Amino acid sequence: MDFLTLIQIFDSTIRLATPLLLACLAGLYSERAGIFDIGLEGKMLMAAFFSAAIAAVSGSVWLGLLAGIASSLLLSGLHGLASITFRGNQLISGVAINFLAAGMTVLVAQDWFQQGGRTPSLFGGGRFPPIKWPFADALSDVPVIGPIYSELLSGHSILVYVALLAVPATWWVLYRTRFGLRLRAVGENPAAVDTAGVSVVGLRYAAVAICGVLCGIAGAYLATALQAGFVKDMTAGRGFIALAALIFAKWRPWQAMGACLLFGLLQAVALRFQNIDLGGVTIPVQVMDALPYVLTVVILAGFVGKAIPPRAGGEPYVKER
Amino acid sequence: MDKMPKWADVVLIPLISLLLAAILSALVILAIGENPAEAVNLMVTGALGSTYGWGYTLYYATNFMFTGLAVAVAFHARMFNIGGEGQAMLGGLGVAIVCLYVDWPHWSIALLAACAASMMFGAAWAAIPAYLQAKRGSHIVITTIMFNFIAAAFLNYMLVNVMRPEGSMDPATARFSETVHLPTLHELLAPIGINFSKAAPANISLLVAILACFVVWALIWRTRLGYEIRSYGKTETGAVYAGISPVRITIVAMLISGALAGLMAINNVMGEAERLVLNSTEGAGFIGIAVALMGRSHPFGVFLAAILFGFLYQGGAELALWTSIPRELIVVIQALVILFTGALDNMVRTPLEKLFLSLRKGSA
Repeated sequence: MDFLTLIQIFDSTIRLATPLLLACLAGLYSERAGIFDIGLEGKMLMAAFFSAAIAAVSGSVWLGLLAGIASSLLLSGLHGLASITFRGNQLISGVAINFLAAGMTVLVAQDWFQQGGRTPSLFGGGRFPPIKWPFADALSDVPVIGPIYSELLSGHSILVYVALLAVPATWWVLYRTRFGLRLRAVGENPAAVDTAGVSVVGLRYAAVAICGVLCGIAGAYLATALQAGFVKDMTAGRGFIALAALIFAKWRPWQAMGACLLFGLLQAVALRFQNIDLGGVTIPVQVMDALPYVLTVVILAGFVGKAIPPRAGGEPYVKER
Repeated sequence: MDKMPKWADVVLIPLISLLLAAILSALVILAIGENPAEAVNLMVTGALGSTYGWGYTLYYATNFMFTGLAVAVAFHARMFNIGGEGQAMLGGLGVAIVCLYVDWPHWSIALLAACAASMMFGAAWAAIPAYLQAKRGSHIVITTIMFNFIAAAFLNYMLVNVMRPEGSMDPATARFSETVHLPTLHELLAPIGINFSKAAPANISLLVAILACFVVWALIWRTRLGYEIRSYGKTETGAVYAGISPVRITIVAMLISGALAGLMAINNVMGEAERLVLNSTEGAGFIGIAVALMGRSHPFGVFLAAILFGFLYQGGAELALWTSIPRELIVVIQALVILFTGALDNMVRTPLEKLFLSLRKGSA
């Protein structure tokens, strides 16, 4: 494997890790506040459709992004309503949201565009263009540093950089602000937060809303940057890989980035090579597909450092008994 | 200290939830410019208006009975088994191995062996998440989700690299032999003079599913194990105090759940396709969640809810055929049913409880 192939694989790793990272951070906010969210997949899918649909109709990818975020927020609101206000089962609510998105996107797509559940292909202003960093062309011939700068770092869409910047931002919000402290507290011991006179319901809705915005960006990235338009079920389990990455990272932002890059790398390798030959032993492509999930189960099992979720996760908060 | 009579809890709440889901679905149909009344009409004639329609409705219902029972048994032990899909896929693998590699003299023996194999494979796939939940405290929901994806990758590997017949491009096994063909409802009903549609896939597995409903009912309400499962599900601490082992109940309940989900394969793999194809489960494992919620985890409720979803599935296929409403409408209805009967349960329950309370006060 030569250097350029390696650069190309890492390049596509970054592209593929971006939606995972955004969704993973989305889940991080929600679960750190004590709201389990297995509806990441559905929210991304909904946002993917509405961003592509609005971008196709209006020709503006920014309007598409807004529509994607709005649709994802709507589902977040539903999740909040079910799991915070009505104290329902958060997992069941998440399952319902996934199905709602899977059904509604195709239904609406068919009604609006009559193309068998897809949106028209996006072009021009309907997509996020790659951003070329300064001197990218000039430096591309420099050995080693050139390809790294012009191929790997430069030339991604703005949402990739947004996702990467969201990692330190999330770290800062969680660990260096009052809001973050309260958010983490509400996921561990909501009664204490309540006693301190801070609204548990308000904090949890805020967390769920942030989750909606990030899932919205993730979905918009899928449909308007990674690919050019929406196709049925285009998230293809990414929401669950993000969930796996979140557990893998033990609900911490920097580690989340590491996990998402790792899982992105697995996807990139699976995409480029079908079966990998390792000195006589052939690794079938399906192993690559299954690896994120297997790794997550191993981590969950606690054989390699136990993953302990926020203590109040999944429990609706009841103020008085 | 009951806030409302039992019949309201068992009948009224599911019916109101279903009504809410139906109203929203009707609004969705209206919004995409179709007539809801006409759609219902089409669905009813398509799914229930002929023995052909009934044959498909009952075929789907058979799948959903198995997966619904699987979710229901886990619910009784207060566990949420989202892994029905993966367990059913593995059950399919078990059925395929039994049907392909053994020469059976008669379908009835093959059916027994296929039942055993599918249950074993399904249970085995549930065993690891069950063990991890019981011994290591890994959340069963997450592990079963992960196992669904692992199952899909594993099956993909088996079908593409191992079980695909020489020279075939299709990722599927060879056809099973004629001797393991399960009698369809047409063949079962013809001797007693009922002319059931020949083309429909409903088969003898339906009877197995109904039998499974009875067995699960007896297990949950008439055996010591069922009592232990229910008491563990109601209060874990109480159950532990009574000498019930949480580890044992968690594992046993999940094994039963996985076995039931796996058993679905005798219907879709052995009864219908007569070979193992990719994605043979078609999401039936997930519909089991809606069916169990709707049926209030009671086998009779599961039976009724499975037939309702069978009707929706077949009706939805007819709709897609005759109108511009795609099949995904059913997915939306399914989501709404899960939402209202599961997650938003309190939204329906709380006002109803208040109503019954005020009625009681009024009469007292």
